[in-house]
Amino acid sequence: MPKNPEIKKVLVLGSGPIVIGQAAEFDYAGTQACRSLKEEGVEVVLVNSNPATIMTDKDIADHVYIEPLNMASITQIIAKERPDSILPTLGGQTGLNLAMNLHEQGILDQYGVKLLGTSPESIRKAEDRQGFKDAMEAIGQPCVTSDVVESVGDAVAFAAAIGYPVIVRPAYTLGGTGGGIAYDEPSLREIADRGIQLSRVGQVLVERCISGWKEIEFEVMRDSAGNVIQICSMENIDPVGVHTGDSIVVAPTQTLANREYQMLRSASLNIISALEIEGGCNVQLALNPDSFEYAVIEVNPRVSRSSALASKATGYPIAKVAAKIAMGYTLDEIPNAVTGKTTACFEPTLDYCVLKLPRLPFDKFTTASRTLGTQMKATGEVMAIGNSFEGALMKAIRSLELPVKSLRLPGLDELYTEEIEERLVNVDDQRLFVVAEALRRGFSPEKINKITKMDIWFLDRFKTIVDMETVLEKGVPSQETLQCAKEMGFSDGYIGALCGKTAGEIKKMRESFGIKPAFKMVDTCAAEFEAETPYYYSTYDKENEAESAPDGTGERKKVLVLGSGPIRIGQGIEFDYCSVHSVWSFKRMGYETIIINNNPETVSTDFDVADKLYFEPLTPEDVQAVVELEKPSGAVVQFGGQTAIKLAKALTEMGVPILGTSSDGVDAAEDRERFDAILQQCGIPRAAGKTVFTTEEAIAAANEVGYPVLVRPSYVLGGQGMEIAYNDRNITDFMRIINQTVQEHPILVDKYLMGREVEVDGVFDGEDILIPGIMEHVERAGVHSGDSISVYPTLHVEEQHKQTILKYTYDLAKALGVVGLINIQFILYNDQVYVIEVNPRSSRTIPYISKVTGVPIIDLATRVMLGEKLKNMGYGTGLYPEADYYAVKMPVFSFEKLTDVDTGLGPEMKSTGEVLGISESFPQALLKAFKGAGMKAPKKGGRVIITVKDEDKRESVGIARGLEEMGIEIFATEGTCQALQDAGVACKKVARVSEAHPNILDMIQSGSVDLVINTPTRGRKHDTDGFKIRRATVEHSVGCLTAIDTAHALLTVREQGRSADLVPIDITTIQ
Amino acid sequence: MKATLILENGSLFIGESIGSTEDRVCEMVFNTSMTGYQEILTDPSYAGQGIVMSYPLIGNYGVNEEDNESGRPWAEAFIVRRMSPRGSNFRCENTLDSYLKANHITGIQGVDTRALTRILRSQGTMNGMITCAESFSVPELLEKLRAYRVEGKVELTSRKTAETFPADGEERCKVALMDYGVKQNMIGCLCRRGCAVTVFPWNTPAETVLSGGFDGVMLSNGPGDPADNVGVVAEIKKLYDSGLPIFAVCLGHQLMALATGAKTDRLPFGHRGGNHPVRDIAEGRVFITSQNHGYMVVGESVDPKVAEISHVNVNDGTVEGLRYLGKDIFTVQFHPEAAPGPMDTEYLFDRFVDKVCERKGGKR
Repeated sequence: MPKNPEIKKVLVLGSGPIVIGQAAEFDYAGTQACRSLKEEGVEVVLVNSNPATIMTDKDIADHVYIEPLNMASITQIIAKERPDSILPTLGGQTGLNLAMNLHEQGILDQYGVKLLGTSPESIRKAEDRQGFKDAMEAIGQPCVTSDVVESVGDAVAFAAAIGYPVIVRPAYTLGGTGGGIAYDEPSLREIADRGIQLSRVGQVLVERCISGWKEIEFEVMRDSAGNVIQICSMENIDPVGVHTGDSIVVAPTQTLANREYQMLRSASLNIISALEIEGGCNVQLALNPDSFEYAVIEVNPRVSRSSALASKATGYPIAKVAAKIAMGYTLDEIPNAVTGKTTACFEPTLDYCVLKLPRLPFDKFTTASRTLGTQMKATGEVMAIGNSFEGALMKAIRSLELPVKSLRLPGLDELYTEEIEERLVNVDDQRLFVVAEALRRGFSPEKINKITKMDIWFLDRFKTIVDMETVLEKGVPSQETLQCAKEMGFSDGYIGALCGKTAGEIKKMRESFGIKPAFKMVDTCAAEFEAETPYYYSTYDKENEAESAPDGTGERKKVLVLGSGPIRIGQGIEFDYCSVHSVWSFKRMGYETIIINNNPETVSTDFDVADKLYFEPLTPEDVQAVVELEKPSGAVVQFGGQTAIKLAKALTEMGVPILGTSSDGVDAAEDRERFDAILQQCGIPRAAGKTVFTTEEAIAAANEVGYPVLVRPSYVLGGQGMEIAYNDRNITDFMRIINQTVQEHPILVDKYLMGREVEVDGVFDGEDILIPGIMEHVERAGVHSGDSISVYPTLHVEEQHKQTILKYTYDLAKALGVVGLINIQFILYNDQVYVIEVNPRSSRTIPYISKVTGVPIIDLATRVMLGEKLKNMGYGTGLYPEADYYAVKMPVFSFEKLTDVDTGLGPEMKSTGEVLGISESFPQALLKAFKGAGMKAPKKGGRVIITVKDEDKRESVGIARGLEEMGIEIFATEGTCQALQDAGVACKKVARVSEAHPNILDMIQSGSVDLVINTPTRGRKHDTDGFKIRRATVEHSVGCLTAIDTAHALLTVREQGRSADLVPIDITTIQ
Repeated sequence: MKATLILENGSLFIGESIGSTEDRVCEMVFNTSMTGYQEILTDPSYAGQGIVMSYPLIGNYGVNEEDNESGRPWAEAFIVRRMSPRGSNFRCENTLDSYLKANHITGIQGVDTRALTRILRSQGTMNGMITCAESFSVPELLEKLRAYRVEGKVELTSRKTAETFPADGEERCKVALMDYGVKQNMIGCLCRRGCAVTVFPWNTPAETVLSGGFDGVMLSNGPGDPADNVGVVAEIKKLYDSGLPIFAVCLGHQLMALATGAKTDRLPFGHRGGNHPVRDIAEGRVFITSQNHGYMVVGESVDPKVAEISHVNVNDGTVEGLRYLGKDIFTVQFHPEAAPGPMDTEYLFDRFVDKVCERKGGKR
């Protein structure tokens, strides 16, 4: 069936801010879908509240709305744009739910908007627990049996019917607190009794226990003609029990014989046929490792994280094809972009092995529970491709950018063997390394399999790696051993560390043996057809397929763009936005572009973005392999965040010129002493500070500059390990934590100035500076810039200070030798401008400032690197005129996904994503941002608890008074209550955490509170009242503000914001 | 032990010996399936051939008695990137290496199988050999390679005496299955649908079949060049004329075409894998099929008065199925019995058995 000619204007919904469980994969999917629709001549209207995405670019859609993803705003946009159709299955669960609501509430019908792709009935069938079970039963597909019970007797009766063991999950407790596995009736009676008591609603779910079964996923596709295909099979190395997003996943399946494989493939295809899915779909299944018994876990009737992984693992563009299917095409009418000859109606076959590792945030949240379970905790992921499992695994580990470069996790070797055995039971992010250590201690794979249920085949592979370590430890390897180690993905550095050589010596040695990487193509068809996909991975086989003319001999000059690796807190999707835009810019300038990256969720790893894609770890050795093959005329590091910046020095040593700011300039900004010298030379003030290495030095420095001080490691992301210290004891605490994770670089101790924080991004060409916009943070210094609400244009910065900022930016850019981007954070304190920090690279604010000012910052920076001058580029120099709109960037957190993480804001970044609110007035922009972030302001008659630290008590009065005037009831703990009452604010006292019930925690748990304002007291202690209060709000979905300034902002919105007057703004109309 | 793979075009690949260490000359083909190496090894259609597995990790789940598609592996040689030293699966009975050794299949691992696949894809199927000899004369070997031809394999792989398999459950009909190198699952697919199946040796005269009281006939898959089977083709013509419902797969499909005047030809590098899209023209749908063939029926040679093309390969447009006009005969090039590969076209067995039962009912 060809394209439906009635489809002319399509509304595409994005997935909103990056949160755990919904990350960059939907930018990738949405971007691909929009481009696919535009190819068909369709007019695309895009809505997404996330400004850091590529999909919200003018180049991607015809009309772009960075608006809250809620019914009111989408309804307004539909009324304004009048699309004839809506594409619901590419914006994650958010987009899907929204589209279903629009459908169910009749809004789509009212405006004559058709849902494209899978019908609402099918979506409901797949999404509704009971509906899905019924549908599966009807086609004979087994599900995991479960039932909700309210009494121990019912639990026992149900368990008797389905058989032991069973899992008991109390309803409404975070992370399944109080649940457990019951192996027999006595244990069930005990667990169910406890669970029913713990559950707020007195209910527990009793479910057949299939933990330990293999978890298998199939990514499948169906079109309107009923053609069904399987794109990719995936096997989780972590058995059922760990969320697939947190699992180590391998593609294709490795331990399934053809019988099991085909059985599950057929089941998946039967399921999507029965559900009548039209588009992409993910089916998760559990397989008993000892029989052919299986159960369907769940079905996602949409593009998902797994489908992004499957796309990158196979080369099959799932989102693009799904969009075409939604347009009415059948699979056999869609060409296969990879081979150019065949159609999309085929099943990719792999001749390599793909491995995905989750990127978990425990390096940032050192106190969080590391336990992995059914709640996803990873912020991102890395993927590696190899022709051996070992090779893919070792590459994936290197790609994580954690202080571990192999299967050897520092510290585990110090544990007693009994401790290792005990830790094998723990399902956490370190289990892979604990397993390796157990193998090193001589545990058999069989024994480990009994404990972990990881398949013996995987354990054998880990053992191969561990055995190779032992061989290498014996001394300088033979040619054969070296070849073998390289095929298993050992880096030169790791081989050297094991046998007592340097990485350089190992490299030289292997080169003398002719051992060097050969790149193979990802072509969807295992070389059966000739393909032209410029998508490569390294192996240590003989034939290299990435044919490359040395630079200078080809028609175009080559440039290497380094990506930003996995999404983690502090380095999000913004850097992928920057990388992709610079690639596009270089392409326009006539360059051949080469990108190296390892994140399967991103647009930059789509094979048609750069001229060539190398899917590799971003380490010096892996990058050098590409450099030696491609011999690029230059490399760009300033767009790929800290990941790319860290490679600047290595690239320079490889003889690759760094385009733009040199690695020396980067170093000058990071090196405390050099940077201080530059500041002095430019006459720019900064907070007094010192560079230290030890705790003693830190205490001395802190006393010298005077408390409070800011303590932080240099060369880190997102303020990792940064804290405000008020006394010597704080310093001792922080230094201990810092030293656990960061070692090589010095630690900075600065005087903490509590002023207004201001941030700029600028482009410098060696002569002129262009500052597209100055941003002001709502929260005063002390809250990480990534966690602050940021406002453009500024509200409170006087003209003279703006001029000072312009001058300082110019002076610093010039002194550091910046060519390209510079990001500077300032503090306005006592009417003076201080510099906090300079980053001669792209920042997380670039995408949003580009969008609201209309200045193509990345394009300008790229061209400046190639020698163009700002004065000739049409955007002027100096301060760019302020836009007619206010844009408020608001951070979004994922605290509900992470147990034991303190939600209090501070110098260390904690947010996972952001939303933007744009409006002609500040309060309206702020209101949109709050709505986009899902933050609800309390209404008249609502209740707010205020409990703040002493320093904030005075300021909390103003807030309380404002709330009181709105008719909101105020509660406060003793000290705050006293302060408020003294100031004449009516306020009820609520008992402290430590006091008798009912206390503040009971009040939060009862659900009778709308908002808590709690500012954290100093320190990292987790047994404080504040911590318990903050966690209670997260666990009971009560809003909680932890900075006085944020509370002020919310008050502003309540006072001045008018929901009814919000108007959606098409940012493509902003000049 | 070191092993060397030599191709007819002079390419050498050095790797490590697996399985037997005997020298083996064979026709080199590649298979892109990611699972099912044991079914592939025991598929008689591979007799005389060396199989290059394009998927690099082979042997992961070991081998077991149940998954054999015939009494023994028929491939001459087995070429893999990386063989798992042991298998892990609840049905695993043996490692792949011991299995190859026990069955005298010569193998090699540690070679760049993608490079090898690229040669076979671009230069076409060619002969090759694996040797564990330390020294050899390449020109001499090349001469030997060029002289090799896959011949007489139908006779080799076929049963020597007829064998009967009862229907699973209630018997619905009796089917004669001509064994040109049949796969076990083809028998299984019929038995599971209520057929009592008598499997006849390749050279069984048509008269024996026609006088045996069968309700339908199935022609199996098998190895080699279809045009070599002149005698068999003559017998098939008699079956064609008999009016019995006939279903044929792969070699059987080619032989029926030859029996009715069409021609067969060699494909440049064959279709071997589990991901080939085939359009069923009548159904208006594409199905993913399991394939293993180096020859095909030439579409233009099919007399439109005799048969119509029912299935077409979506990738290269080659003939994948024929429906014979005025007859209850249909044949397909691909493998609806799968094993290994997708089972999406098993419905063809339903169609055949229904037709057979219908006819049987009509007769009574």
